[in-house]
Amino acid sequence: MSGAVIHCVLHDPKDSVGVVVVEGVKAGQTLTGLILDEDRTLTLSCTEDIPLGHKVALRDMAAGDTVIKYGVDIGKVVAPIKAGQHAHVHNIKTKRW
Amino acid sequence: MQSKFWGYRRENNRVGVRNHVLVLPVDDLSNAAAEAVAHNVKGALAIPHPYGRLQFGADLELHFRTLIGAGSNPNVAAVVVIGIEEGWTKRAVDGIAATGKPVKGFGIELHGDHDTIMRASKAARELLQWASEKQRVECDLKELWVSCKCGESDTTSGCGSNPTVGNAFDKLYAAGSTLVFGETTELTGGEDIVAARCRDERVRADFRRVFDRYQEVINRHKTTDLSDSQPTKGNIAGGLTTIEEKALGNIQKIGKRCTVDGVLDKAEAPTHPGLWFMDSSSAAAEMVTLCAAAGFVVHFFPTGQGNVIGNPILPVIKICANPRTVRTMSEHIDVDTSGLLQRDLTMDQAGDKLLDMMFRTVNGRLTAAEALGHREFVLTRLYESA
Repeated sequence: MSGAVIHCVLHDPKDSVGVVVVEGVKAGQTLTGLILDEDRTLTLSCTEDIPLGHKVALRDMAAGDTVIKYGVDIGKVVAPIKAGQHAHVHNIKTKRW
Repeated sequence: MQSKFWGYRRENNRVGVRNHVLVLPVDDLSNAAAEAVAHNVKGALAIPHPYGRLQFGADLELHFRTLIGAGSNPNVAAVVVIGIEEGWTKRAVDGIAATGKPVKGFGIELHGDHDTIMRASKAARELLQWASEKQRVECDLKELWVSCKCGESDTTSGCGSNPTVGNAFDKLYAAGSTLVFGETTELTGGEDIVAARCRDERVRADFRRVFDRYQEVINRHKTTDLSDSQPTKGNIAGGLTTIEEKALGNIQKIGKRCTVDGVLDKAEAPTHPGLWFMDSSSAAAEMVTLCAAAGFVVHFFPTGQGNVIGNPILPVIKICANPRTVRTMSEHIDVDTSGLLQRDLTMDQAGDKLLDMMFRTVNGRLTAAEALGHREFVLTRLYESA
């Protein structure tokens, strides 16, 4: 089953972010992403260093957009995010509380 | 999957997987005597805690439900209760004695610590030797009560360790076991998914009621959007950004097939097999303590960044899919499912790997937390003292 290194995983093909699952992902790297629910892979370019466990944006998002993970809403974009950038607390906030 | 395990059948027919003799303080003032007794009697287990004075109303009820539940847990063979005075000591003793197990109570007033410690140590020694002759017997998986709660989650929890628990829960549910999950606030953003999984409208209404109540508590007391507390600093360091993201990872623990069959108050025991939701704190040691008090005998604890929690009564099995945590904190991890993230392991294999470790644990293998001496016994308080 094991093949090329999986750099990031998506829960659902609709997700707008993926989770980096290896250490040392660097800006400029081409990442292999695994879509967990479908067991298929895709590739994407990463434009920032992203730590293990942190998210990479899979498409451009504008402030006010909803971020999708697990195929559902996990919060709102508060600063523009380009595909390949690090997506975290500096550009995404909760819609709750 | 195997359907039998080796457990201790107690007087009330419940089955435990450990054979503890507890020294249970009713209140903070009795911790010193309880710890002295456990020092005198090797193998007796003191569970000190900071509460038990001037509590009232629902908070007092929860205090006793938790202490009596802890003593009544089938992982406990016998109990020595120590309190500052006789009245509340007797209340704890009588509650635990309803299970049929041996319980002895000691009040400190009119005796002092020395005399209390001497008499309680004699009782603990007798009970420990009595318990040491108890033998494990073959028990059915239907008799096993399994709890879950995750901690120091990160994004790998939602992709790896939590769905591993979900896969195992689906299999245990089909086998007729009794299961629980909780962490009311940490369902925020995933509450509609949980509601949709409830067995019927009555259970759904119960779930909505406790979820909404807890949201009201947050809204009444919050001074910010809770981004300093939920997600925690550890969660954020691990890549989790919002409570919604954390919640959606959290609820992977309830699998894909089992339904939510009932809602429990804190430390309340379930009345039939199936999957229960307990209205509870999301803080690890509080939640696991409430599971122990409700009668669960083994706990699944998925972690991402590496929560080190244990419990004095429940063996806590740690599951982790974060390859860095597995490497840097290996002494805390019982089940490594990091292979899920590289397709070296299917979810079905990961669930089976956890169940294999569960059978080894309930048959007697010490968990990492047990071997390391993690015994976090943390009582939930509802409000200020009288």
